[in-house]
Amino acid sequence: MSILEVRDLNVTFPGGIEAVRGVSYEVSRGEVLGIVGESGSGKSVTSLAIMGLLPPNAVVSGSVKLHGKELLGLDEGKLTEVRGKSISMIFQDPLSAFTPVYTIGDQVAEAVRVHQKLPKDKAAKRAVELLDLVGIPHPDARAKSFPHEFSGGMRQRAMIAMAIANDPDLLICDEPTTALDVTIQAQVLEVLKTAQRETGAGIVMITHDLGVIAGMADRVLVMYAGRPVEQGRVDDIYSRPRMPYTMGLLASIPRIDGEQGPLVPIEGNPPSPVELPPGCPFAPRCPMKVDACDDEEPPLVEIGGGRQVACIRSREIEHKNLTGTDVFPVPVIPPSDAVRVPREQRPTVLELDDVIRHYPLMKGAVFKRRVGTVHAVDGISFDIAQGETLALVGESGCGKTTTLQQIMQLRAPERGRVVVLGRDSATLNKAAHKELRSELQIVFQDPMAALDPRMPVGDIIAEPLRAHGRKDVAVRVDELLRLVGLAPEHAARYPQHFSGGQRQRIGIARALALDPKVLVLDEPVSALDVSIQAGVINLLERLKNTLGLSYLFVAHDLAVVRHLADRVAVMYLGKITEIGAVEDVYDRPAHPYTQALLSAIPLPDPALERTRKRILLDGDLPSPADPPSGCRFRTRCPKFARLSQAEQRRCVDEEPLVARHANAMDHGVACHYAEEIEVITASEDQEEQ
Amino acid sequence: MRSKVVFARLLRNRQARYGAIALVLLVALAYIGPYIGPYDWTDKDFLSFLSPPSADHWWGTTTIGQDMYAVTLRGMQKSIIIGLLVALLATGLAALVGAFAGYFGGWVDKVLMWGVDLLLVLPSFLIIAIVSPRLKGASWLWFVALLAAFTWMITSRVVRSMTLSLREREYVLAAVYMGIPRWKIILRHIVPNLSSLLIIDATLNVSAAVIGEAALSFFGFGIQPPDVSLGTLIAEGSRNATGYPWLFAFPAGLLVVLVLSVNLLGDGLRDALDPGSNS
Repeated sequence: MSILEVRDLNVTFPGGIEAVRGVSYEVSRGEVLGIVGESGSGKSVTSLAIMGLLPPNAVVSGSVKLHGKELLGLDEGKLTEVRGKSISMIFQDPLSAFTPVYTIGDQVAEAVRVHQKLPKDKAAKRAVELLDLVGIPHPDARAKSFPHEFSGGMRQRAMIAMAIANDPDLLICDEPTTALDVTIQAQVLEVLKTAQRETGAGIVMITHDLGVIAGMADRVLVMYAGRPVEQGRVDDIYSRPRMPYTMGLLASIPRIDGEQGPLVPIEGNPPSPVELPPGCPFAPRCPMKVDACDDEEPPLVEIGGGRQVACIRSREIEHKNLTGTDVFPVPVIPPSDAVRVPREQRPTVLELDDVIRHYPLMKGAVFKRRVGTVHAVDGISFDIAQGETLALVGESGCGKTTTLQQIMQLRAPERGRVVVLGRDSATLNKAAHKELRSELQIVFQDPMAALDPRMPVGDIIAEPLRAHGRKDVAVRVDELLRLVGLAPEHAARYPQHFSGGQRQRIGIARALALDPKVLVLDEPVSALDVSIQAGVINLLERLKNTLGLSYLFVAHDLAVVRHLADRVAVMYLGKITEIGAVEDVYDRPAHPYTQALLSAIPLPDPALERTRKRILLDGDLPSPADPPSGCRFRTRCPKFARLSQAEQRRCVDEEPLVARHANAMDHGVACHYAEEIEVITASEDQEEQ
Repeated sequence: MRSKVVFARLLRNRQARYGAIALVLLVALAYIGPYIGPYDWTDKDFLSFLSPPSADHWWGTTTIGQDMYAVTLRGMQKSIIIGLLVALLATGLAALVGAFAGYFGGWVDKVLMWGVDLLLVLPSFLIIAIVSPRLKGASWLWFVALLAAFTWMITSRVVRSMTLSLREREYVLAAVYMGIPRWKIILRHIVPNLSSLLIIDATLNVSAAVIGEAALSFFGFGIQPPDVSLGTLIAEGSRNATGYPWLFAFPAGLLVVLVLSVNLLGDGLRDALDPGSNS
């Protein structure tokens, strides 16, 4: 018996923008339906339409039935009874979903009282119970806190508590963990599973993360350009996708479990909802396109086994058992010359030696006095050899960005040394400073924010060239645009006219303008959709190999890191916990934090994902203004909990230094009791090796 | 590249085209018009006082027999220059001071903002009243400078607070990491991103300056008789606006058209500079 039944749902916005076209699905009790798709594919609009939360100028047609009762066209009063009681929604950004001026407890209690006739004190008690259920420590005390006093993960838990306050039959989760760190994401997903067990609700899980869907969902609906293009059981979709888009999507995700050669990007961009192609909306990007694809939009047809596919060539794909790598052109990336020389013989391009960066905490309005210190970066050392990629990974707040800024400023750090291309940043005069600037460039995370919206692309790329007095700027701009896969005529357009992936390419072109030797990449692909992300990763890899660049790559996505980096340094609260060659650190992690981090990452493989055991960390990152004594990780360390008291003493008193681990050539760990554990089951192609 | 792109977009914008054409026509009228009319602005026709528009006096005559057409155009010459100059100076000063204070912060910010606050608390009317007698006989450009000096402060505070948020943007950081000098970053990245605010401010300043000049002239400062400006003419004409409408209608109408055309041009310029608009 299905709880929710959506039939042929269409949403049109003014101006003929068809955001959702003919979406049909149903969700049964206790079932998790995953909806995946790139940004702009209509996933969120679909769920807003179900909740009746779209702006009044949107035209919604079709049918949405909850327990057989039609929801579309209900008046606002009746809808309010349904919302929050039978259907609740969990939003992406937990900060903006709470009112900042009321306590969390009050807001959860309010959600209870809206739909149940309870006296205030009982509702408050129920709120505390709910907060306890979602795993908030000391719920009675925390209920009196305000939203800003909660961390992101805690807020998302409170949000879940609010959503399940009235035992809803259906939970709609719109990217519930996208804004969170991986270890926190693992916690929150666990809470969601608990919540589902407690309430027996059906869940509609909307996300772009195929790993999360693999672990959570029973069935998957893939959306493209406002239409469902494939639907089926999660195992079927992942192991035998039958629509080229799904195939491409799966082939374009970097995997954390082993080597796989270049990623397979899907060329082009999703169509604009205003000017859809005449036939199949995916046809312009599809490598399997035939003339018949342009004739009409293929309907979603049943192909047996509860699966539906919208592709005229799905039988052929079934028959030949094709996968994404067979169909999509695999890009060829030239090998790098630098790797032939052993690492020790290559020159070091960037070296950090015991660098610290502390921020004072000030108090007082007129007379400021120092009340504490934020230990943002607290003594980190690493080096990058020529032609190498070092990835700096860690959760938000661990000091990655501060480290980058310290490097990019090219000034003397508070303590320690930053050496770029053999020159100490503390001893630079003005001319050398400027010269070194051209050797060290940066690519930012958010391609929207990193390009001046008021400047045409040509000017943006030309800016560093002009600043350094280069001649024939126009020629060089053309050359750079071509190098990153754009056309020279794009120079006269503004950044707004480009998609996210293209904008990131412009950012890369600007960084390359001065022929730098070292490129700092600050989360260069985290703001991009997966299919676009693959293209940018390949571009970065190709540029590195052909231009002989060295990368310092900062990321929180460990799968991307495994794909792109040679070495990896894991940071926690301003310190490096583990550093070494990617294979060593990923396959034989020895620090408990690295192990937890790696085990928290969802794999885009339902079978593996179900059998995996997670190392769940408790709580959140401690405040860098007041780090724990001794080993900074001990407050959350699963290993510390298992140690005897005498052994624990050492962790509390003595700070572990990065020491060479075991026999590995290049593997350092900062843990007194380092021990290798395999947390990622090796993928098949790796076992073959 | 940018100037070329912006200019092309400006030409394509219909509003901006109409605004520019109207402004050019007004300037042409102000400077070429007097040669076409039969009278000079200093001439007095003692045979017709306060006569309505006719074939001889196109826009009628004043109480002392001056030809309204000639006088109004003479006034407009002054007003166009004063209005445009004051607006440009005031907005430019506001943008520079605000952006430098916001971007540099620290003591630069403190000193500049002290200056702004000081000017804000000083009664501008009194200062101008005290200073203008000493400027008797000096160039009227002094008057423009005085007017501009007292209109820019509030905008510059707004510009400063907007700069505070702009300087944290990644494209500003990117420029710093490229090794671009700070004053260049301000002129190239910060001020253009405030252009919507600045252009609106400048167009509003044009009309404010013309009216403000009229108010000051009315009290005997600024443009002194026998010289005229649109402001003085409107002030005089408004007293008899019902009985002798031509004394009021022509200068006031021209002022409206002048401000309107500047506004249209400003809107067009804003759209041309703002890549988000679809023109």
